[in-house]
Amino acid sequence: MKTVSYYPGCTLRNKAKNLDFYARACAEKLGFSLCEPETWQCCGGAFTASEDEIATKLSAVRALKAARDAGQPLVTVCSACHNVIKRTNEAMKNASFADKVNAYMAQDDDFKTEYHGETRVYHYLEYLRDVVGFDRVKEAVVHPLSDRKLAAYYGCLLLRPGKVMAFDDPENPVIIEDFLRALGAEPVVYAMRNECCGGHLCLEDAEATKKRSNAVSDSAKNHGASAIVTACPLCRYNLIKNGSELPVIYFTELLAEALGVKEARNG
Amino acid sequence: MADEKRLQEQILRISGVNPRKCMKCGKCSATCPSYDEMEYHPHEFVAMVEAGEIEPLLRSESVFKCLSCMACVERCPRGVEPGKLVEAFRLAVVRTKDSERLKPDDLPALADDELPQQAVVTAFRKYLK
Repeated sequence: MKTVSYYPGCTLRNKAKNLDFYARACAEKLGFSLCEPETWQCCGGAFTASEDEIATKLSAVRALKAARDAGQPLVTVCSACHNVIKRTNEAMKNASFADKVNAYMAQDDDFKTEYHGETRVYHYLEYLRDVVGFDRVKEAVVHPLSDRKLAAYYGCLLLRPGKVMAFDDPENPVIIEDFLRALGAEPVVYAMRNECCGGHLCLEDAEATKKRSNAVSDSAKNHGASAIVTACPLCRYNLIKNGSELPVIYFTELLAEALGVKEARNG
Repeated sequence: MADEKRLQEQILRISGVNPRKCMKCGKCSATCPSYDEMEYHPHEFVAMVEAGEIEPLLRSESVFKCLSCMACVERCPRGVEPGKLVEAFRLAVVRTKDSERLKPDDLPALADDELPQQAVVTAFRKYLK
């Protein structure tokens, strides 16, 4: 069985335990194993775009470096972790930025060699698409999600900035829809699928976040979806908190249901 | 006026943005999910920085309404990246002493049992230094 480095992040250890549990269980079922580097730390939740920020990017670099040293790709599940880690990795390919970060990192006990963005970072969905293959996922399905009309919700973090994330076409993505088809479900394409839920503004201006979240959940509902599918704990929180009439489900939970892994957890 | 010039240089340096690339199409503001919450909108950030009008932006609530969703960055036909400019203003504000937007002590009152850790760490990144 192939082992890859795995970055769960803070939320998957707490409020989004299902997102994590089913990611691990489904990986085993699909023939790969998720191994956490001992040195991973919280990514910080948000990538700071400014070029003079260094300290706030160090925690993500530690996990990237550990994966490089293990000779493995780094797989993430949470949309926010994925955004931060991929963008930090890209920033580390810039020599003048990497020099400053490596100078900080040299104080770590386990620091041996400099890091310059060598690790290949995959979101779990990318790993299924590019390495495992959605065809193989489809073959492993034992409970097809037939007759389920599901709305893939990308939000902002998986897709943008498109040049760095390179997750899919940032304006017309298909990866989650293709994933849902592999599970036997019918994807619903709707206008707001790659717009922001209101994100961290829920702590600063709850009313503004409510408007954004309702626009997304209403759009999915009006296009006939029976549920919304996400990879992001904050998107899920905001949509539910602000009264989404549709259930909001993590993609790993759906995958577990289709692969017959979910019953195993429930008893 | 000299101060304004220095602030302009600081914002340009932090952001790495060149506002002179802007062709004033307004697409950044048209696509901004926080448009209705903002006093100054993304296209105005770009135009005002180019004109050297920095102080009004530093004092505006608008810097805290940006979601960093990168819609304006993605959809700008000229690659101006207005969101990075707004981020530079936010940093310039929270890096100033005693100007944190959110204090850790404020959090318990804002959080409920379901609030993901992700929201808390992101807010710490965005609202204080």
